[in-house]
Amino acid sequence: MNASAHQLKLAKFAYRKRVNQVATGLALAAMSFGLFWLFWILWETILLGLGGLSVATFTQMTPPPNDEGGLANAIYGSFVMVALATCLGTPIGVMAGIYLAEFDTKSWLASITRFVNDILLSAPSIVIGLFVYAVVVSRFKSFSGYAGVLALSLLVIPVVIRTTENMLQLVPAGLREAAYALGAPKWKVILSITLKAARTGVITGVLLAVARIAGETAPLLFTALSNQFWTSSLSEPMASLPVTIFKFAMSPYENWQKLAWAGVFIITATVLGLNILARVLTRNKI
Amino acid sequence: MSTTLVHDDFSSNPSVTQSVRAMTQPPPVKRARSGPWADLVFGWLAKGAALLTLCLLLAILASLTISAWPAIEKYGFSFLTSTTWDPVKEEFGGLVMIYGTLATSFIALLIAVPVSFGIALFLTELSPAWLKRPLGTAIELLAAVPSIVYGMWGLLVFGPVLATYVQQPVQAAFDGVPYLGAFVSGPPVGIGILSAGIILAIMIIPFIAAVMRDVFEVTPPLLKESAYGLGATTWEVVSKVVLPYTKTGVIGGIMLGLGRAIGETMAVTFVIGNFNQLDSLSLFQAANSITSALANEFAEAGEGLHQASLMYLGLVLFFITFVILSLSKLLLAQLRKNEGSKT
Amino acid sequence: MRIAFKLPLLSLALASTMGFSGAVGAQEITGAGASFPAPIYSKWASEYNKATGVKVNYQSIGSGGGIKQIDSKTVDFGASDAPLTDEVLKAKGQMQFPTVLGGVVPVINVKGIEPGQLKLTGTVLGDIYLGKISRWNDPAIVALNPGLALPDAAIAQVRRADGSGTTFIFTNYLSKVNAEWKSKVGEGTAVNWPVGAGGKGNEGVAAFVSRLPNSMGYVEYSYVKQNKLNYAVMQNQAGNFVKPDDETFKAAAAGADWSKSFYQILTNQPGKDAWPISGATFILMHLKQDKPASATETLKFFNWAYANGGKSAADLDYVPMPPAVVAAIQKSWGEIKDGAGKPVAFK
Repeated sequence: MNASAHQLKLAKFAYRKRVNQVATGLALAAMSFGLFWLFWILWETILLGLGGLSVATFTQMTPPPNDEGGLANAIYGSFVMVALATCLGTPIGVMAGIYLAEFDTKSWLASITRFVNDILLSAPSIVIGLFVYAVVVSRFKSFSGYAGVLALSLLVIPVVIRTTENMLQLVPAGLREAAYALGAPKWKVILSITLKAARTGVITGVLLAVARIAGETAPLLFTALSNQFWTSSLSEPMASLPVTIFKFAMSPYENWQKLAWAGVFIITATVLGLNILARVLTRNKI
Repeated sequence: MSTTLVHDDFSSNPSVTQSVRAMTQPPPVKRARSGPWADLVFGWLAKGAALLTLCLLLAILASLTISAWPAIEKYGFSFLTSTTWDPVKEEFGGLVMIYGTLATSFIALLIAVPVSFGIALFLTELSPAWLKRPLGTAIELLAAVPSIVYGMWGLLVFGPVLATYVQQPVQAAFDGVPYLGAFVSGPPVGIGILSAGIILAIMIIPFIAAVMRDVFEVTPPLLKESAYGLGATTWEVVSKVVLPYTKTGVIGGIMLGLGRAIGETMAVTFVIGNFNQLDSLSLFQAANSITSALANEFAEAGEGLHQASLMYLGLVLFFITFVILSLSKLLLAQLRKNEGSKT
Repeated sequence: MRIAFKLPLLSLALASTMGFSGAVGAQEITGAGASFPAPIYSKWASEYNKATGVKVNYQSIGSGGGIKQIDSKTVDFGASDAPLTDEVLKAKGQMQFPTVLGGVVPVINVKGIEPGQLKLTGTVLGDIYLGKISRWNDPAIVALNPGLALPDAAIAQVRRADGSGTTFIFTNYLSKVNAEWKSKVGEGTAVNWPVGAGGKGNEGVAAFVSRLPNSMGYVEYSYVKQNKLNYAVMQNQAGNFVKPDDETFKAAAAGADWSKSFYQILTNQPGKDAWPISGATFILMHLKQDKPASATETLKFFNWAYANGGKSAADLDYVPMPPAVVAAIQKSWGEIKDGAGKPVAFK
């Protein structure tokens, strides 16, 4: 009796061990799978992008076909519009996420807002662009950088709301209760304690949002349009890297194609840089 | 009362009296530096932000509905079952695009969810500590690549590779097989639903994996350690302890990825082929999706029925999202109900 | 929390100041529309900017987009490959004038056939895109090309996925020469294609054709030249097989009578050297201008382009309008008036 029970135990353990090994192997395979695509795409991007990069890329305007030029106006336009859209969308998103996680989490308003937010997350960026076109561009009878900023911020808000709420919910209740017990008012508990504890996750959310809008073409097509020339005024059509890349990559002109890949390289490198920066910043605070 | 003794000694000098009184009669306790109004204002700000989100969706839906009204009026629900899309004859039906959107997103999820789970598992449980940061950053890099690059890369690099190494051998292998053969028929040029689905999968892996990893990482170590202490294997800890604890976050991450897949415009547009046909359900055949129809045709669409039909498609997309989200909420509620019961 | 709020606030302030400090520089004109002339408009704009400092910002969003935007007055001028009929123009209160000519060219990818070797007629081309002719060695193709080694393989048709003026010119031509095409499919910037994989933009079609063996597509002439694609020669209305180049496009335009109306579609034109799938591209402007200053700048730009832009156009494989037509165009500009009824100045 003892021997067979022992055998059963051993067999069960061997089975569990095998399952674990298979799972571990698959996890490793999944990791390699992900990395494989990454390296392939990055390889192509670097190969084709570096070739088109030079000092001129950062200092000269977008050229007509077969002329020398750069991407300066597109880089500037992208930078300004992404920065403003993030600044506009993040506070709204964080506040809404705070509402969903800290105030009345079970109320009907909270449930509906969560649901609505998930729907907005899947909204195709082109529909958002068309909406902003109908509301802003048609009304003011001009394409402008402001419309582009608005369209991009509408893409930032749902992402930030979702990740903020998720991260805040994962903060242990004990932390909050300790703060309340010390007599801190609610807003201070949320801002200084809970949000701080969930800071890494919230920043991940903001970074995901930035990564998304940095590469978005469709919402800018009908709002900011694009601009062949330099403009520092947001009330005029503004060039941006994704729209410029879209235009140049689909052309038969070699100088345009090279600039398109250079633009791709710049966007990818910038978002990566932002990622690393955010990690470094938050790591030191812990 | 406690001051009577001291009072008697210095009653002649009023300023001394005052300072003595200040010393022995401490001033009333000051109220908290921020009154309740700060909490009120903060509460209003938070609520306002949530309401703003609601109003946003309503505004977008209203704007879409107004633009789509001519098409809704003319077709009603038959729009969803018709496969004709003829801009010249002004006859429109959305079934082809709806199928394309659903099929590509489904394939994308099928590939992306297990892979993301594997990546998150690897990053949190299996990888050595010094490798975690760089690998995590590497995966997030995939999200940094702009969507248009996926489209270009898909068309110019991945498509031909898929055609030569996957589509052609598969077609040769399944040649003549009755049902499966039909599934893989069509010109093997590297475009179509399968191509778009794979590229979408690569696009959404970083989103899902990043959220899964973040959520796995904040699982209380106590939970995991007690499981390990009982002799559980890594796989058992993850599947029976971490996953149930984080299931809301995991499902949230999957929803994030699904949302991205359904709404992705540029990457799909390049490789799906924009062919409005449903005669062949083949994965290799060119098809169309709602977002790529919008992107391809909106700029050219005339003010009348064509544009309204495209907006109608946009409304349908919101509706599809609504249905999928409701199903996932039901799933979550069901999972929660089973919590605590014997598995 | 501090950095999380400080950093964005700082960059917000910075970005806004940069945004508001919009230097009140030179006047800027905005135009949008057809993608076909986008390269030459951007070249002209760059040269014009160097010469006068005025910025003319043209963006290609498609012919339909151009028509929509000029209707809603969000741009100063619109551009369309497909001309509007005179009745439609009158109803909208707009006018149009052509700027450059070009052509749409069928391209193929068949091993053993060199550029310019394959001969096609409009009927055959239409039947191929209807799916009636599905193999390269179909008797109809063989009859046109005796002596050419046509393979026994299926034709992989490629066409445009997105709406475009190129498609309009192509389908307009097919409607004129192939009756079944006209009744089954018709013409337009986007049609219900019976067969064919859709490529995005001219580039998408070119990419498919170059990668797919035994394929056929249609692209604008500049793509053929720049990418050295394998083109076919077409039979024109006069019965001759012509190859696509500046001369044959000009020959097609010569047949049109521009003095009566600028609504001219240059497909299947008479003329022994005419390329049958040619077209012009048009600019749309309002007859009554709310912003006469913008209209002046726009007209000045095009005036300059007609006078000085010929070489750039030719470099990019576009055909400039003949001088007689330019004179007629300048005369028609007299119809553009400001709020008081005075013609807008452009000299």
